[in-house]
Amino acid sequence: MKKFIALVMVVAMVMSMAACGASESSAPAASSGDAAAATFKLGSTGPITGDAAIYGQAVMNACQIAVDEINAAGGINGYQVEFKFEDDVADGETAVNAYNTLMDWGMQALIGTVTSGACISVSSKVYEDRVFALTPSASSTDVTAGKDNMFQLCFADPNQGSGSAVYMSANMADAKIAVIYRNDDAYSQGIRDTFVTEAASLGLDVVYEGTFTADTATDFSVQLTAAQAAGADLVFLPIYYQPASVILSQADAMGYAPTFFGVDGMDGILTMEGFDASLAEGVMLLTPFSADAEDELTKNFVAEYQKRHGETPNQFAADGYDCIYAMKQALEAANCTPDMSVEELCDALIAQFTSMSFNGLTGTDMTWGTNGEVSKMPTAVVIENGVYVTAE
Amino acid sequence: MKNLKKTTKQDFITYLAVILAFIAITVMGDAGMLSRSFKGQLVPICCYIVMAVSLNLTVGILGELSLGHAGFMSVGAFSGIIAAMSLQAAIPSPVLRLVIALVVGAAFAGVAGALIGIPVLRLRGDYLAIVTLAFGEIIKELINCLIVGVDSKGLHIIFNVSGAKTVNDLHMLEGGRAIIKGAQGATGTETIASFTAGFVLIMISLVIILNLVRSRSGRAIMALRDNRIAAESVGINVTKYKMMAFVTSAALAGAAGALYGLNYSNLLATKFNFNTSILVLVFVVLGGLGNIRGSIIAAAILTVLPEMLRSFADYRMLVYAIVLILVMLGTNNAQLKGLLAKIIPTKLRKEAK
Repeated sequence: MKKFIALVMVVAMVMSMAACGASESSAPAASSGDAAAATFKLGSTGPITGDAAIYGQAVMNACQIAVDEINAAGGINGYQVEFKFEDDVADGETAVNAYNTLMDWGMQALIGTVTSGACISVSSKVYEDRVFALTPSASSTDVTAGKDNMFQLCFADPNQGSGSAVYMSANMADAKIAVIYRNDDAYSQGIRDTFVTEAASLGLDVVYEGTFTADTATDFSVQLTAAQAAGADLVFLPIYYQPASVILSQADAMGYAPTFFGVDGMDGILTMEGFDASLAEGVMLLTPFSADAEDELTKNFVAEYQKRHGETPNQFAADGYDCIYAMKQALEAANCTPDMSVEELCDALIAQFTSMSFNGLTGTDMTWGTNGEVSKMPTAVVIENGVYVTAE
Repeated sequence: MKNLKKTTKQDFITYLAVILAFIAITVMGDAGMLSRSFKGQLVPICCYIVMAVSLNLTVGILGELSLGHAGFMSVGAFSGIIAAMSLQAAIPSPVLRLVIALVVGAAFAGVAGALIGIPVLRLRGDYLAIVTLAFGEIIKELINCLIVGVDSKGLHIIFNVSGAKTVNDLHMLEGGRAIIKGAQGATGTETIASFTAGFVLIMISLVIILNLVRSRSGRAIMALRDNRIAAESVGINVTKYKMMAFVTSAALAGAAGALYGLNYSNLLATKFNFNTSILVLVFVVLGGLGNIRGSIIAAAILTVLPEMLRSFADYRMLVYAIVLILVMLGTNNAQLKGLLAKIIPTKLRKEAK
């Protein structure tokens, strides 16, 4: 009998969970559903659970802010916008499922996918289905290669790797550089490859390269000791913020204090739960967005984001926000309406994106090539007193 | 049907059920009654069914706990992708290439199974589980080091042990393309997998496994599971029959892997980690050890379930876990079983067993 009661209780729990799950997801749909019959339906997928959850959540939150702003200001060409975000746990299989779910919903253009590996899987589906896609943050070149309707708003990996090398040779030319990267990860390995190639041609001194994998991302004492022994005073970390936080803590514990230099994956470290943000003081990273920028656009966005979610938005949030506005600009310039078919929208958007110039949070005068890659300027920031400050 | 043996009858019911399910889904798909989300999951469902059925051979029929089944899937997936992509120019027909890829995947995974089986099957119980787990991880790490490209001269393969090599080190001729880029995995794979191929693969694995189980060898394998000492005493060759089951299981997992790999344009070696092995083991345990039909149903339902729970938003995986616990409790609950017994007539239940 006890077991039976337990069973009943579990059923009750599931039901209540279903209730709150349903109410949560139906709330935004209801608010935009009663506005007008015809709406633009934009969808996005990214990890909002699991290891890379900060990225997906940032994109989701920021996109929702942008969509709400647009709807409040009268929508795109007079039509309201609906936005739906699906979780993909940064996994290719789940991402394709999430994309198909969005297509069932009637999505007309995709803002995504957030992570590289998943985005490559989705991008081939997008290409087959002729759906226009603009990814905020999937930076691998394989995402856009050979697909005319797949665009990136972030830098491609090679640009991050070579950009970092160029910045170092301009500002820290005689540094002894150590690289610690994750060699079972497309993103990390991709940046490391282009960085090392560029560093060699610029004459930078790479004294040590250490690797780790997903399974060994909990202890870096070997790599840090080796980097210290090799005399490295600049440690390049082309990795995500989670292992980077462990590296920073362990380096601090062993009294090793080189300059740490990261790329966009490092973004998010300040808002990570359970991490002492003071350890990130002095970390440099290459990012197109800094939340302390003085322009009106950034200030408003940061204020709104802080109001809604209680934290400073990172670069992924800014990328997501820009994606929605870039989409708006293109849709308006092409005079698109929601009753156009997905293919028609796709062709119109491709024509716009390859010819327009966009000003957003993550850069001004952004343009896109026919290969889908964006051209904009990265800026180096340094973390001071818990905020990004543009490095001189 | 009267003069057929009871087990044969049962096997035919299994085949018939799978065929009917395939026909029903195809007809509904053609009529536009299925959502895209469901259609997109058909191929992975087929792959997971074959994985579960083949693992059931090792865990349920042979009685050895293997925690490295995803490793064989990985071997099959990447060898299948290499085969399909390198033959892209030579064989234009995607169907033929898919068949070749599945055969190559099965062959490589079978060889890997034999290599691993020789030392591993000397161990028993927990030790075997631990060593298969380690082998699964080793396979993952090895594939992480693999860089493969193809050009007009043929295949180029390097083994990136130091981690410092890239695709450029393949020194491919103009027009060459990378198939596997080490840690970045297989990218730009042409997706040629289809639901029909998945169905055929399920049927082939069912025929192989069910016939093996009902054969003299199958009885020997089950005898080893039930009492090894007694089996040995009547002259059953332990190593031979263990290897037979283990290698068959590995080869089928390899074919499933090849089908899976050719369904996505990007595939990372980390996909086939310990979690995937456990996932397949969960299918087998929930479906019932030794129960092939149960494995099929469990694999299909548990693959679709997370997608059906999307309306739960953030609580999706939590609900998934609760449902798993519920199923476990439910299938072992005497009261529920009694209730089912009252509802379903005895004769029907006997046939379903």
